[in-house]
Amino acid sequence: MAEQKPIDQLSFEEALQELQSIVSDLETGKAPLEKSISDYERGVALRKHCEKKLHEAQSKIEKITVTEDGRLQTAPFEEE
Amino acid sequence: MSTAPDRTSNVPEFSVSELAFSLKKTLEGAYSHVRVRGELSRIKIHSSGHMYSVIKDDNACIDAVCWKSNVARLSIKPEEGLEVICTGRISTYPARSNYQLIIESMELAGEGALLKMLEDRKRRLAAEGLFAPERKKKLPFLPERIGVITSPTGAVIRDIMHRLNDRFPRHVMLWPVRVQGDTAAAEIERALRGFCGLPESVRPGILILARGGGSLEDLMPFNEENVVRAVADCTIPIITAVGHETDTTLVDYASDLRAPTPTGAAEMAVPRRLDLLATVRAEADTLLRVASRLLSERKGRLETLGARLGDPARLLEIHSQKVDHLGGNLERQAQILVNDRRARLRTASVRLRDPGYVLQQKTQGLVRLADRLDNGFRNRLNEDGRLLAKAGALLREPRGIIERLQERLLERGQTLQRVWARSFEERRTNLAYLARSLENLSYENVLGRGYTVVFDVCGKPITSAHAVSAGMALDIKFRDGRAGALASGKSSDRASLSGQSADREKQLDQGKLL
Repeated sequence: MAEQKPIDQLSFEEALQELQSIVSDLETGKAPLEKSISDYERGVALRKHCEKKLHEAQSKIEKITVTEDGRLQTAPFEEE
Repeated sequence: MSTAPDRTSNVPEFSVSELAFSLKKTLEGAYSHVRVRGELSRIKIHSSGHMYSVIKDDNACIDAVCWKSNVARLSIKPEEGLEVICTGRISTYPARSNYQLIIESMELAGEGALLKMLEDRKRRLAAEGLFAPERKKKLPFLPERIGVITSPTGAVIRDIMHRLNDRFPRHVMLWPVRVQGDTAAAEIERALRGFCGLPESVRPGILILARGGGSLEDLMPFNEENVVRAVADCTIPIITAVGHETDTTLVDYASDLRAPTPTGAAEMAVPRRLDLLATVRAEADTLLRVASRLLSERKGRLETLGARLGDPARLLEIHSQKVDHLGGNLERQAQILVNDRRARLRTASVRLRDPGYVLQQKTQGLVRLADRLDNGFRNRLNEDGRLLAKAGALLREPRGIIERLQERLLERGQTLQRVWARSFEERRTNLAYLARSLENLSYENVLGRGYTVVFDVCGKPITSAHAVSAGMALDIKFRDGRAGALASGKSSDRASLSGQSADREKQLDQGKLL
């Protein structure tokens, strides 16, 4: 874990993977106390981030149309 | 009517043109709409765009032509040897009077023929590597946007949205296309390439190309070569779900993943949100448990170690003993050092010669030199005198010259003596200085003048203030004995020490006394 990306830039999958690796690191119990504490804090933040990502899921559907000059446009989709 | 007998009676006589046009009329009237089944052969597309061909079976053949405008609309691509059913009409070309079939539409003759054509096409595209496993892209774990290519009407898009919302609601971008008919293949290809060409900020992370069930012919757009190629070229991971589970179209081979149904495609596109939530919670619980265990373990270890730390007084005893031991050493070392220096001084003073003696030696040498010089001068003088006497006889006032020369000689002799005397003096002074310096260098003498020597606990003299740290034990040697001391650290200001503070201390002392 050489480079630590800011948590809000992590995708859900990255955040979950990091949370899992922190947990398994802590389980070995070999890390120094300071690192254990900062790992724990990051773990808690990762959990929050993951939950946020899961809660912000929102359904939205839009339709793509091609204009006469070949440009793409989107419009809300209503079932015909 | 004149000579020719009416052998053939009333059979009317046609001109060739009349007959040819009559035939044309009859044929076109009788066969204005026919369906002919046969094998395509000798296909030729003329530069005009019209297609010429021969349709044959085991025993007969008939010329066929398909005008350019119809060629573009054919639902299948005419291939040599293809078993087809052509719909059209019969016509003749009067200039040659041969008849031909004008093809209006063409379909494959039966499922077997269609399947054979698909099999051939599949083999050809596979040989190109379009279906190779190494071309398959990995689906993203959780795409932000999902692109869907399907009909905007019907159950397919509803099924996909329904399942997506069940599992993990996402932003869906629908590219509406017709999924059957002549234009379907072109529309689907455009949608595929269109999605890939979107800027990255809005490009979907995954595509679903889907269609509900239908006949083999209905599904044909998904077997068209241009659509299969567009799927293979697609830079976005793509799931295909065409028809029912038992239908397999060629796009299914080219896509990254084949779903049995549109609903199945939605399931493959996103994970279940609730499962993920459970995973996150489970991980967080473990995190908390592990972290608390770590803390309590460390606390326990700390307590154990604290108990084992023991009584500080005991530690002090050991060290105090060590100090005593080292103090004894220090004294012995100092004595050895003093003895050593004393011995070296003795040796040095033996080697130091008495300056009086040296002076005497030099004086004697000088006297000898002066004698030799004197004699030399005298001899020279005598010789010169003789020469002069000889010359004097020849000169008018020889006596005067000789006297002047004698005076100068005398002068030189005196100068020489002065120089020698000064040289003696310098040497004597040097010698005296050396003797004094030696005296000064003597260790004991320095002590005698009120200086002290400071040693550390190992008996090494301390010659630099930097070597002294606060609290360090020191041993100070005076002219008349030694005394132990503890360094307080840096030197305090000299003035304050010797001046006011000393006075104040005195006053304080007096105060106490009073």
